[in-house]
Amino acid sequence: MTFTAPVLNYTILSPMLIVLAGALIGVLVEAFLGKAFRPIVQLILTVGTLLLSLVQVFRIRESESLSAAMGSVVFDGPGFLLQAAILIISIISVFLIADNENFTALAAAIPGSVEEHASIQQGNKVTEVYPLTLFAVAGMLLFPISSDLITLFVALEMLSLPLYLMAGLSRRRRLLSQEAALKYFLLGAFSSAFFLFGAAYLYGYSGDISFAGIRDSVVGGSGNDIFLLIGIAFVSVGLLFKVGAVPFHAWSPDVYQGAPTAVTAFMAAATKIAAFGAMLRIYYTVFANAQWSWTPLLSGIAIITMLFGSFVAIAQRDVKRMLAYSSIAHAGFLLAGVIALNKAGLSASIFYLFAYGVATVGAFAVVTLVRDSSGEVTDLNRWTGLGKRSPWVASVFAFFLLAFAGIPLTSGFIGKFSIFSAAYESGAKGVVIAGVLSSAIAAFFYIRVIVLMFFTDSHEDATTVVIPSVLTRITVIFSFVITVALGVYPAPLIDFINKFATFIR
Amino acid sequence: MNLSLTLLMALPLLGAAVLAALPKANALLAKQIALGSTFLVALVTIAMAVGFERDNINLQYVESHQWIPSFGINYAVGLDGISLVLILMTTLLAPIVVLAGWNESQNGRWSTKTFYILILVLEMMAIGVFAATDVFLFYVFFEAMLVPVYFLIGGYGTGERSAAAVKFLLYSLFGGLLMLASIIGLYVISGAQGGHTFDTQALSQLQMSSTTQNLLFLGFFIAFAIKAPLWPFHTWLPDAADCATPGTSVLLLGVLDKVGTFGMIRYCLTLFPEATKTFTPTIIVLSVISIIYGAFLAIGQKDIKRLIAFTSISHFGFITMGIFAMTSQGHSGATLYMFNHGFSTAALFLVAGWMISRRGSSIISDFGGLQRVTPVMAWAFFFAGMSSLALPGLSSFVSEFLVLVGTYTRYPVAAIIATFGIVLAALYILIPVQRALHGPITAGNENLSDLTLRERVAIAPVVVIIIFLGFYPSPLLKVINPAATHVISQMGFSDPAPTQLGGK
Repeated sequence: MTFTAPVLNYTILSPMLIVLAGALIGVLVEAFLGKAFRPIVQLILTVGTLLLSLVQVFRIRESESLSAAMGSVVFDGPGFLLQAAILIISIISVFLIADNENFTALAAAIPGSVEEHASIQQGNKVTEVYPLTLFAVAGMLLFPISSDLITLFVALEMLSLPLYLMAGLSRRRRLLSQEAALKYFLLGAFSSAFFLFGAAYLYGYSGDISFAGIRDSVVGGSGNDIFLLIGIAFVSVGLLFKVGAVPFHAWSPDVYQGAPTAVTAFMAAATKIAAFGAMLRIYYTVFANAQWSWTPLLSGIAIITMLFGSFVAIAQRDVKRMLAYSSIAHAGFLLAGVIALNKAGLSASIFYLFAYGVATVGAFAVVTLVRDSSGEVTDLNRWTGLGKRSPWVASVFAFFLLAFAGIPLTSGFIGKFSIFSAAYESGAKGVVIAGVLSSAIAAFFYIRVIVLMFFTDSHEDATTVVIPSVLTRITVIFSFVITVALGVYPAPLIDFINKFATFIR
Repeated sequence: MNLSLTLLMALPLLGAAVLAALPKANALLAKQIALGSTFLVALVTIAMAVGFERDNINLQYVESHQWIPSFGINYAVGLDGISLVLILMTTLLAPIVVLAGWNESQNGRWSTKTFYILILVLEMMAIGVFAATDVFLFYVFFEAMLVPVYFLIGGYGTGERSAAAVKFLLYSLFGGLLMLASIIGLYVISGAQGGHTFDTQALSQLQMSSTTQNLLFLGFFIAFAIKAPLWPFHTWLPDAADCATPGTSVLLLGVLDKVGTFGMIRYCLTLFPEATKTFTPTIIVLSVISIIYGAFLAIGQKDIKRLIAFTSISHFGFITMGIFAMTSQGHSGATLYMFNHGFSTAALFLVAGWMISRRGSSIISDFGGLQRVTPVMAWAFFFAGMSSLALPGLSSFVSEFLVLVGTYTRYPVAAIIATFGIVLAALYILIPVQRALHGPITAGNENLSDLTLRERVAIAPVVVIIIFLGFYPSPLLKVINPAATHVISQMGFSDPAPTQLGGK
C-alpha cells in the first residue's frame, strides 16, 4: 500500500486558515498578555483577521482551481458568496460582542460564588470569547464548502463546539445561560449523532463519502433505495436541527433567551447562513436527482415551520424568545428556497440569508441597549413607551421588525418576494400560499411590539436605554444602512449573486 | 424621458426633509412649510393637468428606469385620464387638509413636525401609487403607504386609536399579502411566456388558464375590496375613521380608499378580463349590498364620524358597481364619483371635525340649534350633507347619475335596488342635519364660536369645486371618458344599445 501525499491547494483554504491562525494567536494573547490590554488587542486582532479573510475570499473568487484538500472542499460561486456573507456578518457582530457589558467576568466561577464576586470586583473581562468566535467562524466557513460527508461533519462540530461555550457566558442570569448552553450542547450532540448515522447509510448506499460519488450513485440509481432514503432522512434531521426547523426547533427559544444577546445575534445570523449553505449544496447537488423522495417531506416541514413559528411567536412575552420564534418562521421561508431547486431559488436563498442575517444582528444589538439597573430587559411589557423615551432606538428597532415582516422598501420584502417567486416557479404553490399566510400572521406580533413601543403609555418601572457605546453603534448603524439599502436598491447585490450562484457539481 | 411625475413625487419628500431638519419647538413654521409644499404640489399638478392631451389614449408623462433588472422590475410611471384625475384630487385635498386641520396635531403623541412629515410622505406615496405602471412598483407604494397612515391614526387620533390603527394595518397587510401571492403568480407566468416583466401593458397580454386567472384575480380583488372597502371587508373602516383626526380621515377615505377602486380598474379589469366577467355578477351583488347596508347603518349611527364612515361604504358600493357594470358611462361615472367623493367627504369630515373640537363631543344628539349659534358652520355642514346625498346641481349628483345609468343598461335590477340607496341617503343626511342644526339649542352649545377665517378659507375651495363640477363637469369628463372607453373596449365590451319598450 502506497501513501499519496495530499495536495491541499492552500489558496482555496486560505480564508479559513487565516481565521484559524487568528484564533490561535488569540489564544496566545489570552495566555501571555496582561489583563489591561487584552480587550483592545483581541478586538483589533479579531476584526483584522476577519477583514483579511474577507479580502482573501474576494481575491480568490474567480480562481481557476475549485476543489482543494483532495476534493473534500469545493470553492465555487455559492461557496464564495456564503463565505463572504458569513464574514461580513461576523464582522458586524464582533463589534457587538466587544461590548463587554454582556459577558460574565469569570466563566469558570460558579454563579453566586465568592470567586465570582471577587472577579467582578477586580473588573475582569472575558476575552476568550474572541478566539472562540474565530474558531466558530472558521467552522462556518468550512461548512458550506465541504464536499464530503466527513469534512461536513468536522465543520459541523467545529462551528458548534465554540457556540455551546459562548452560549454559557452571560453576565447576568448566569444559571439560565448555563442551562441554555447545556441544552444546546445535549441536543446538538444528539443531532450530530443523527447526522453521522445518516452519513453512514449514505456511505452504505454508494460506497463513497464524497458528494460527487454519492450523486453519481443517485443518478445511476443502482444502489439500495432504502439506504438512500434513510440516509437522506437522518442527514436532513442533523441539518434541520441546526437551522431550527420544526420539529427540531425545541432548543432555539431557550438558547436564544439564555445566551448573551451578542452571542445570540452572532449565532442566529451566521449559523443560519452556514447551515443553510450546506443544506443548499447537499440538496441542490447530491440529492437533486432523488427529488421525488424528499421534496414532499421538506415541503411539509417548511409549511409547519412557517406556521408554527408565526403562531407561537404571538404568545411570547420576552423579546428574545419572540425573535427566536420569528427566526423559526424565517427558517421555514428559507426552506422554500431549498425546495425550489432552481437557480432563482439559490440566488434568492443567498440574498435572503444575508439580508435576514444583517437585520437579525441589528435587532439583537438594539435589544442589548434596553436595560435597567440589573441588566438587559427582555420582558416586552417593560418595553412600553420606549418610543417616547428614546425615539431613535425605538424607530430603528421598529424598522428591523418591519424588515422581518417583509414590508416593501426593506430588505426583507425583496428577500421574501424573490424566495417565494422561486418556489412558485418550481411549482411549490402550497408552500408559497402557506408562506404568504404565515407572513400575515407574523406581521401581527411584529406590529404588536411597535404598538407597545409607540402607542402604549409607559409603566412606572420603566426601563432606560443606555447610550450605545461606539462599538454597538457601529453594529446598529451598519445593519440599518444595509437593510435600507437592500430594500431600496437591491439590484447590484442581486446581479452580483446571480453572477456567482451556480453550484459546481 | 419626462421627469414631471418624479419631480412631483420629489416635492413632498423635499418638504418632509426640510421639516425633519427643523427644531421641534417651532410648530408654526412646520405647519407653514407643510402648507407651502402641499400648495406647490397642487400647483404643479394643475399645470400637468392643463398640459395633459385629453384625446390621447396613450399613457402620458411616461418615465421608466430599470430598478431591479434581474427580476424585470422597473421604476415606471405614467398617467392616463383616470390616474390623472385621482392625483389631481389627492394634491388638491392635501393643502386643504393641512389648512383645515391646523391644530390637529397638538393632541398627538409626537411633535407637530412629525405629523406633517407623515402627511407629506403619505402624499408622495399616494401620487406614486396612482402613477405606477409597473405592478411591483404599485405594490411597493400600496404597502409602504400603510406605515405613515398607521402612525397618523395611532399617534394623533383620539379614543381607542392604537387598536384602530392596528386593525387597519392588519386588514390591509392581509389583503396586500394575498395580492403579493397573485403578483408572484403573474411574475412566474410572464417568465414562462417571454421573460419576466411587471409592465402592466405586457402583463395584460398573458395567456392563462381560466382557473389560474380566477385565483390571481381573487388575490388582487380581495386586497382592493378590503381597501375600498366593500361589504363584507369593511369592518376596519368605521373604527379607523372614528379614531383618526378629521384630516387623516379625509386622506384615508378620500384618497387611500380610492386606491382600492382605482386598482380594480387598473389591475383587476385589465389584467384579468376573463375572470372579471366570471366574477362580475357576484361583485355587483356585493356592491348593492354595500350601498344598502352602508346606508342603513349610517342611519343608525349616533356618532357623527362613524356616520360619515358608513356613508362612505355606501358610496364605495356605487363606485364599485359603476366599475363592474362594464359600460363606458358606468366607468366614467365611477371615476368621477371617486373624485367627487373625495371632496364631499372632505367637506363632511372637516366641518364635522370643527364641530366636534368646539363641542368636545362627537355624539349627534349633543348638538342642536347650531344654525342659530354658528350659522356659517351650520351652512357648511348642510352644504356638505347635500353634496353627500347627491343633490342635483352639486357634483356628486352627476357621477351618481352616470353610475346608475351605466349600470341600468346592463344590470337593471341592481340599478333599481341601488336607487333606494339615494332615498336612504336623504335619510342619513337629513336626520343629523335636523338634529344638529335645527331645533332648540342644546345645553352646552350656547357659546360655540363660528368658523374662523382660516377655516372659511380652507372650506371655500371645496365648496367651489363641488358647485362648479355640479353644473359643469365636462372638463373632468373629457379627461376621463377616453380612458374609460379605452378600458371597456380593451376588455371587449361595448355599450349595450338603448332599448325601447315596443309599441309605447
